[in-house]
Amino acid sequence: MACSATTRIIHNPLAISSSRSAEKSDFSCKILSPSSFWGSASLGKKLLSVNKAISPISRRSATVVAVSDVVKEKKLKSSSSVSNLLITKEEGLVLYEDMVLGRAFEDMCAQMYYRGKMFGFVHLYNGQEAVSTGFIKLLKKEDCVVSTYRDHVHALSKGVPARQVMSELFGKTTGCCRGQGGSMHMFSKEHNVLGGFAFIGEGIPVATGAAFTSKYKREVLKEDCDEVTLAFFGDGTCNNGQFFECLNMAALWKLPIVFVVENNLWAIGMSHLRATSDPEIWKKGPAFGMPGVHVDGMDVLKVREVAIEAVGRARRGEGPTLVECETYRFRGHSLADPDELRDPAEKAHYATRDPITALKKYILENKLASEAELKAIEKKIDEVVEDSVEFADKSPVPARSQLLENVFADPRGFGIGPDGKYRCEDPKFTEGTAQV
Amino acid sequence: MDRDPRVCVMGEDVGHYGGSYKVTKGLADKYGDLRVLDTPIAENSFTGMAVGAAMTGLRPIVEGMNMGFLLLAFNQISDNCGMLHYTSGGQFTIPTVIRGPGGVGRQLGAEHSQRLESYFQSIPGIQMVACSTPYNAKGLMKAAIRSENPVVLFEHVLLYNLKERIPDEEYVLSLEEAEMVRPGEHVTILTYSRMRYHVMQAAKTLVNKGYDPEVIDIRSLKPFDLYTIGNSVKKTHRVIIVEECMRTGGIGASLTAAINENFHDYLDAPIVCLSSQDVPTPYAGTLEEWTVVQPAQIVAAVEQICR
Repeated sequence: MACSATTRIIHNPLAISSSRSAEKSDFSCKILSPSSFWGSASLGKKLLSVNKAISPISRRSATVVAVSDVVKEKKLKSSSSVSNLLITKEEGLVLYEDMVLGRAFEDMCAQMYYRGKMFGFVHLYNGQEAVSTGFIKLLKKEDCVVSTYRDHVHALSKGVPARQVMSELFGKTTGCCRGQGGSMHMFSKEHNVLGGFAFIGEGIPVATGAAFTSKYKREVLKEDCDEVTLAFFGDGTCNNGQFFECLNMAALWKLPIVFVVENNLWAIGMSHLRATSDPEIWKKGPAFGMPGVHVDGMDVLKVREVAIEAVGRARRGEGPTLVECETYRFRGHSLADPDELRDPAEKAHYATRDPITALKKYILENKLASEAELKAIEKKIDEVVEDSVEFADKSPVPARSQLLENVFADPRGFGIGPDGKYRCEDPKFTEGTAQV
Repeated sequence: MDRDPRVCVMGEDVGHYGGSYKVTKGLADKYGDLRVLDTPIAENSFTGMAVGAAMTGLRPIVEGMNMGFLLLAFNQISDNCGMLHYTSGGQFTIPTVIRGPGGVGRQLGAEHSQRLESYFQSIPGIQMVACSTPYNAKGLMKAAIRSENPVVLFEHVLLYNLKERIPDEEYVLSLEEAEMVRPGEHVTILTYSRMRYHVMQAAKTLVNKGYDPEVIDIRSLKPFDLYTIGNSVKKTHRVIIVEECMRTGGIGASLTAAINENFHDYLDAPIVCLSSQDVPTPYAGTLEEWTVVQPAQIVAAVEQICR
């Protein structure tokens, strides 16, 4: 049974007022009707009481408080004490650089799309950077990440070079998937990015399988393996059968996986509240026997605190965690989405909670780095992104010979032709002109 | 499973129960509950799990308790098994085997009597094979496990009780080759899985009547072995396809098209395709008998085509 004494619910950190979010919480209550928005402090308190009434797990851990809350309280008393900060300078700069890379890259994607350099469905991650950075920067190279179609930034955070991602978006042969995948299918064997899936929910079982391999390596192959898998997906996916089926299997077998819900409240034009009977997604974790955590996904430090705990649980073999990150996408669902349904006031509210601005403020206020150092990072990232576009532009488009490659790992799968030879031995096959 | 510790089995009741048709009997005792994994009833998700495991180094064999249940896993089989090697630019391989009992049984009702080979055949990136004898079941299973491609292996509910002497030494068959069951001169009969036995029964009658049919078990449903098939067509000039698939969009339909395209000049008569009726398989025994092709129909078809 997964409900061991070590599980704990980290209550919504916003519930305990901190210097950063206090002035914002009242604002959010006025703008949105209380029932429609789960990020505000007053609702956070409501969440706490709901917890105690309904969830047996929270009853057990009701006295436990999040680490970040304790640290913040200390910080209020003595903000000059560097040892109470959540991050070191190095960590802060890494996080900052990663989020700026994500933002700059996506902005460039939009530009390139409107200039006709990339096509099809392109889904940008602007606004959600704290989730990707907060989680993925904790991982080792061998850990796996599975995402959805909104995967550019997950790939970048995991370490796939910007050049390869941009090339892939341009459909060039130097892309990470040789131009065969596109925006929605970013894969990297080297960096263990297992995709990139166009149908929502489709990646969750794949992530569960990667976590299963990790457990199998440990228990059957007796290897020293503590690899963890992160599955990222949105609020819309949480109404999909595959989500629930995988929560069950992951908890049942205590797989080393963290289910990260990027709840940006909208599934294209469908509001999360119109689609979901109980919109509190984190609650669905305990129903399957794993901890469910809700965290402010616009704050990279809070996400990171939760991630440290969840990834640590998985690595120690204690099983899966469901983390609901409340976040927001600043742009439409995709570059083809006119984004007419979302209330401008809601968008404005979240624009004030831009995760990059928040981290910058934290770094500067706590004197972790200077304005100049941050500007240097921004400049460096601009160059990286410019370089990736240049590289992608100069790269060749796939030749016809690439058409039939990679359909099968073993190309004998195309069968035996009328002449008795395997079709893949036909020279027309390598030219890409063979009829298969 | 002895040879390669990465080979594992996943499916409903494959472990402690030994499989719905006892195919995996005893394996859980020998290899443990993780290598022979009893899954909850979630076909789409555990098939997807097998894909994820395959991408990260394991070689899973997924069992559909009945092949029909794999319709629930169509998303994962089509999008992930079939496509990920391509969309990842060749970075990830998916060496899974998806297998299970299918076909029309004895009054199992419509949903347990499905032939999914016709539904799966268009998926790019997968191979499909159908076994029909203990000998080729073993050989094809080994080949499928060792293949780097995702393979769907169709077994038949009524063929599990067959007994045959098979070699002690190890053998692996080719996934892409067809099997010459009975060489002949007058007509080529192409078949697979259970219909092979109806064809052989008809062949006995035909031989008594003076005909010499060549019977080929195509085994590889996707891709077709056009060499073996072609050589036969060039010899006999007449083709009859006998299959358990439905008529519309079945394996026979594809095979007819492929033969017409490649060997049209060698045909003396239009290809005859004998398939199951396009009806949901009825429960009543008599009706069920009339949905699938019976030996008498095969005999009649041969007599017709050889006139």
